Amino acid sequence: MKKKTRITNAILSGLTFIVILAFSFPFIWMLLASFKTQAQIMSSDQFFVFQPTVKNYSNVFNQYDFLKFIINSFLVAAGSTFGSLLLGLPAAYAIARYQMQSIGLIILVARIIPGITFLIPWFIIFSKLGLVDSFTSLILSHMLVGLPFIIWVMISFFEGLPQEIEEAGLIDGCTHSQVFRRIVLPISGPGIITSSLLSFIFSWNNFMFSIILAGDQTKTLPVAVFNFMSYSEINWGALMAAACIITLPVLVIALLAQRYIVSGLAAGAVKG
Amino acid sequence: MMPTNWFDRNLKWIYTMPAVLFVLLMMVFPILYTVRISFYEWSMSATVPPKWVGLANYSALLSDIRFWSSVKNTFVFSIGALLAETVLGVAIAMLLYRDFRGKNFVKTLFLLPMVATPVAMGLVWLLIYEPSIGLANVLLKMFGLDPLLWIASPKQVIASLIVIDVWEWTPMISLIVMAGLSTLPAEPYEAADVDGATGWQKFFHLTLPMLRPTIIVAVMLRLIDVLKTFDIIYSTTQGGPNMKSETLNIYGYTLGFQYFKLGMASSLLVIFFALVMGLTLFMIWLRKRLEVSV
Repeated sequence: MKKKTRITNAILSGLTFIVILAFSFPFIWMLLASFKTQAQIMSSDQFFVFQPTVKNYSNVFNQYDFLKFIINSFLVAAGSTFGSLLLGLPAAYAIARYQMQSIGLIILVARIIPGITFLIPWFIIFSKLGLVDSFTSLILSHMLVGLPFIIWVMISFFEGLPQEIEEAGLIDGCTHSQVFRRIVLPISGPGIITSSLLSFIFSWNNFMFSIILAGDQTKTLPVAVFNFMSYSEINWGALMAAACIITLPVLVIALLAQRYIVSGLAAGAVKG
Repeated sequence: MMPTNWFDRNLKWIYTMPAVLFVLLMMVFPILYTVRISFYEWSMSATVPPKWVGLANYSALLSDIRFWSSVKNTFVFSIGALLAETVLGVAIAMLLYRDFRGKNFVKTLFLLPMVATPVAMGLVWLLIYEPSIGLANVLLKMFGLDPLLWIASPKQVIASLIVIDVWEWTPMISLIVMAGLSTLPAEPYEAADVDGATGWQKFFHLTLPMLRPTIIVAVMLRLIDVLKTFDIIYSTTQGGPNMKSETLNIYGYTLGFQYFKLGMASSLLVIFFALVMGLTLFMIWLRKRLEVSV
């Protein structure tokens, strides 16, 4: 009996290892290729052992001006997350406290509808307003992803807070809005961190809205890296270096704040 | 306690109005606008004004082979990915739910594909699938198998894209299933142990039936998103080769922003919108019925 358990455990550990290897291999592969020259990538005998080069990274920054795209991506992600918090936190609080389910439902529908349905009108309207290739249109469009998510996560967070604290505040003479600003928000840190980090990541990763609404001045990282491919011969090393640069911040956030990310993904998913 | 000032009495509306207005302006209005454009011939040109054509865009679309092929591709891709992700997702959830050393770290590593930038990952898979230098064929050769064309082949392209989607989104199914596993009661398992049930019996007769509501939720959420897959397809094949991986989302995008047939693209998007909403409502209805029958 005992021997059998040990064998089972060994098999399960082996399987776990294979699963993790398979799921992380594209990352390992991307990282390795980003340090290879084009010739090394082309030859199949220099798989794991090769003379690493950082030339791809310096190319990406010097030739293609990646720093600007990083700043653009950061501005759009930070701006849309901030805007979503500004509109989303009070809304989520009101929906949670006053049981406004029908409004919660409208917000949820935003997650179901295909984003591409909005894209043609947005493009027409933003063109007329001269807002294509502006941070305004990018931030507004990315907020349509961030806002429903933040509201959704924060509704369940606010519902979980003990109401006694708020009642105590009211008895002490606070108005409802003071209760929200001075009592509820300061103890909502974990919920705000979780929903903001994911809203930031969703905006950072967004491709479909950015490729239409961004231009030369506001191009974000996913659009910039996609444009790499249009050169006649693909420069694989530089492409992989660019892919690493985009992905690295997200992976670092996910690893450092794993508790928040996991709970946010679970809440966003299960509540839906 | 009765709030005294005006601001407080109307707090719930003041707090929700900005968000609701934003959603109306950025979502509801554009959808209505898309419906309107779908009745026009509209090319975004300064010299040719939009022209009312009634239902002509819809009838053109319904007799367009490329439209029907994109409908088929959408369903083949979605159903294939959904099936593989559900089976694999439940299996991996069972594997990672056990107690073992480094469990939290392993779980986080496993979740990374779903937060990594999809376009960047699409490009990594492009290199993996490259017929002459890519890892996929190197692995096949290692096992003595013939190399494949992967996304360059009209026959293999959908299956190859499903593999990418499975890599990216199986973690989400596992995450939801693991959350569901942690809520299961212990008593049925204790009773099963007393009766001498094997691990497999416990899985199929206890775990799986008790997990059914959780799995249905996971499948529903995944279905909503898989129908809309854009990034990984556009960054690897753009719908090719020979339009064999062109889904509704990709075809709508191509019609609108490459051919600038805004009217026809809009009519496709109206149909796509109705399809996604219809399937979502159907899943919600199905979930309610299944829960009643348990």
